[in-house]
Amino acid sequence: MVDITPADGIPPAEVAEVELYHPHSWWTRYVFSQDAKVIAIQYSATATGIGLVALVLSWLMRLQLGFPGTFDFITPEAYYQFITMHGMIMVIYLLTALFLGGFGNYLIPLMVGARDMVFPYVNMLSYWIYLLAVLVLVSSFFAPGGPTGAGWTLYPPQAIMSGTPGGQDWGIILMLSSLILFIIGFTMGGLNYVVTVLQGRTRGMTMMRLPLTVWGIFTATVMALLAFPALFVACVMMLLDRVLGTSFFMPAISEMGEQLQHNGGSPILFQHLFWFFGHPEVYIVALPAFGIVSDLISTHARKNIFGYRMMVWAIVGIGALSFVVWAHHMYVSGMHPYFGFFFATTTLIIAIPTAIKVYNWVLTLWRGDIHLTIPMLFALAFIVTFVNGGLTGLFLGNVVVDVPLSDTMFVVAHFHMVMGVAPILVVFGAIYHWYPKVTGRMLNEMLGRFHFWVTFLGAYLIFFPMHYLGLMGVPRRYAELTDMTVMTESAHHLNSFISIMAFIVGFAQMVFLFNLIWSIRHGREAGGNPWRATTLEWQTPQTPPAHGNFGKDLPIVYRWAYDYSVPGAKEDFIPQNMPGSFGPSREPA
Amino acid sequence: MSVIIVFLFVIAGFAGWWLSHQGLMSKPWLEQGLAGDFVALDRSALPTAKIGLGVFLAVVGCLFALFTSAYFMRMAVSDWQPLPLPRLLWLNTGVLVLSSIALQCATVAARRGQIDMVRLGLATAGLTALAFLIGQLMAWRQLTADGYFLTSNPANSFFYLITGMHGLHILGGLVGLGRTTAGAWNAARPERLRLSVELCAMYWHFLLFVWLAVFALLAGWAATFIDICRQLLT
Repeated sequence: MVDITPADGIPPAEVAEVELYHPHSWWTRYVFSQDAKVIAIQYSATATGIGLVALVLSWLMRLQLGFPGTFDFITPEAYYQFITMHGMIMVIYLLTALFLGGFGNYLIPLMVGARDMVFPYVNMLSYWIYLLAVLVLVSSFFAPGGPTGAGWTLYPPQAIMSGTPGGQDWGIILMLSSLILFIIGFTMGGLNYVVTVLQGRTRGMTMMRLPLTVWGIFTATVMALLAFPALFVACVMMLLDRVLGTSFFMPAISEMGEQLQHNGGSPILFQHLFWFFGHPEVYIVALPAFGIVSDLISTHARKNIFGYRMMVWAIVGIGALSFVVWAHHMYVSGMHPYFGFFFATTTLIIAIPTAIKVYNWVLTLWRGDIHLTIPMLFALAFIVTFVNGGLTGLFLGNVVVDVPLSDTMFVVAHFHMVMGVAPILVVFGAIYHWYPKVTGRMLNEMLGRFHFWVTFLGAYLIFFPMHYLGLMGVPRRYAELTDMTVMTESAHHLNSFISIMAFIVGFAQMVFLFNLIWSIRHGREAGGNPWRATTLEWQTPQTPPAHGNFGKDLPIVYRWAYDYSVPGAKEDFIPQNMPGSFGPSREPA
Repeated sequence: MSVIIVFLFVIAGFAGWWLSHQGLMSKPWLEQGLAGDFVALDRSALPTAKIGLGVFLAVVGCLFALFTSAYFMRMAVSDWQPLPLPRLLWLNTGVLVLSSIALQCATVAARRGQIDMVRLGLATAGLTALAFLIGQLMAWRQLTADGYFLTSNPANSFFYLITGMHGLHILGGLVGLGRTTAGAWNAARPERLRLSVELCAMYWHFLLFVWLAVFALLAGWAATFIDICRQLLT
């Protein structure tokens, strides 16, 4: 424990109640660890593992779409199961867990200057419950009847009826149980992320001096804590419908000529609950990406972030607005036109803070000293992709445009661009950026550039043509597209092309994984601060940071996180914990 | 969904109040501290555990607000037949109030350092909370004995679901209360004991409040109240 007695009028660096947990054995150090950095790596590894499953599932789907009828083992039922598990894993078990559980755990304590999360034990539990949720999810692949094929939105009544794969078997039960576990585990972690930002900040680290990464993760966590209960409620109620025969969501319905015992439930109620979670979820994965990309751009363009205050306001504004737009996913559910009008308006209003962020990124780049490092390449690719996906969002936000497009590939292209490819590009950029801090070694540059170009161009070649397929009227959610009038020969060719690109992009991810593992041993030594960045995680005495992060004394913060290329300063960056006044434009203190 | 929206507005109010104290208008790029500057810790004086519990209670509140939202949406459909609430629920409510009062007494005693009173309060609170749970189970049995089964009407389903969810939260609280009580008998660290007792009391008062709201909802008063408000507005 560090000495916490105050000396010479300087307040104590730490508050007495903060007790750092010390591991006593190999097990408590590396497995049942309460250290946020170890938990972060556990979260990231688990999320990557289950993400690989989802990647393989997308390959299987593309096999069917690109080469229909060639692969006998992909029955329509199997196709629906692939689609469902791919969507659910990617959105929740990969992106949410990776951004909040992975990056949140690693970066929050380091960036705010804390020794660990405020409730380390709860933090550890959070990971193990998450792992349990993943295992329950995986077990559904081996259950009788296979995993659920209800679509990632799990709409009732079809989700729990015998026509849907897993509907009357174990599939849907395991899916709902897994989600409930995930939400319980996430709530434990989320409490930590929020309260650590509130209470764990070191001296001098005001909220307005936080790096935008922390702002993004913090706001996203607050949103997730308020949005996940809606999914929890929906899952519990659907589980009761399925297991105990209640009728929360199940209307009077007959199946195979037989009247089911359900009576009078409301499927629309489920849609409201689901999307009340589902829309904030989009921003739960987008806001951490916004935050991280701001830091990547500023660091690698050696220039302070343009409009820091605006960036913070925009993050908070997007977070608040995202709770009042959920029904734009339900334009085709037969809602009142005025209702649709209201939600179209709120949806389009979100474009304002989002556009502010995009302009600020571009203006940060303007006349910056841009280093085209791999993190920077990914950050630039993110901006382009996000703008692209955002623009088609303007199409789909309008009721009249959405109604004809809503069941086509256009929607698939839109949401993959905006919440699939864009956040994943940031994840990659962030991994290339922070890997040296986590392992002490750089990732291989050649393999990295190969990975970037194949992923970036390949993702465009996959999803850009899909917009055209959608405009032609090619429907989504169909396992067989062969005998449709909209499926012209060129559309078939395009589908095959997309499938081949999907395989190539997937292969590039294997190269990336190889790079991750190979560089742990063979990467170039990175040193403590290879990017010459200002934020606190780069100022730790050891790399990788030791238990307790900052050695004997916690750092004291004297400035914001973006002092790059300050005129008059010795170097082109000034760490946040360096005191002193620089530059002619500043008033001498 | 109006209930959850109102709830989120309340949360947004708190968040806005807090944000307004974070210097959102400050210009961090002009601030540069010199070595030896007095740099204060920029955090709330409240114990971190209390803030953590507060955030958790917001999540729990969100959960019950969503159940309430779903309840109102489902209630509007014509096949809704409210079930007669067993009179036992009144007794249960009284027992839960007693439990909260006992914990409040324990908190006061902990502040004064009267360890015997703390023990008495904690034990009473634990036993009354257990009695509440048993009472709830008996209420369920009465209802099923009278033919109000889980599946026979959506009103019944919601009744069992919401009371069950509330009961589970009490059960979880009992785990925390059990640990605190064990700590009270060891009496090793009075400062820590005081904090745990305060946390338990906070959780208990919140769950009492949730129960009162749930009771009003299930008894139909909440709907009547909203109707009156609506008439006043139009």
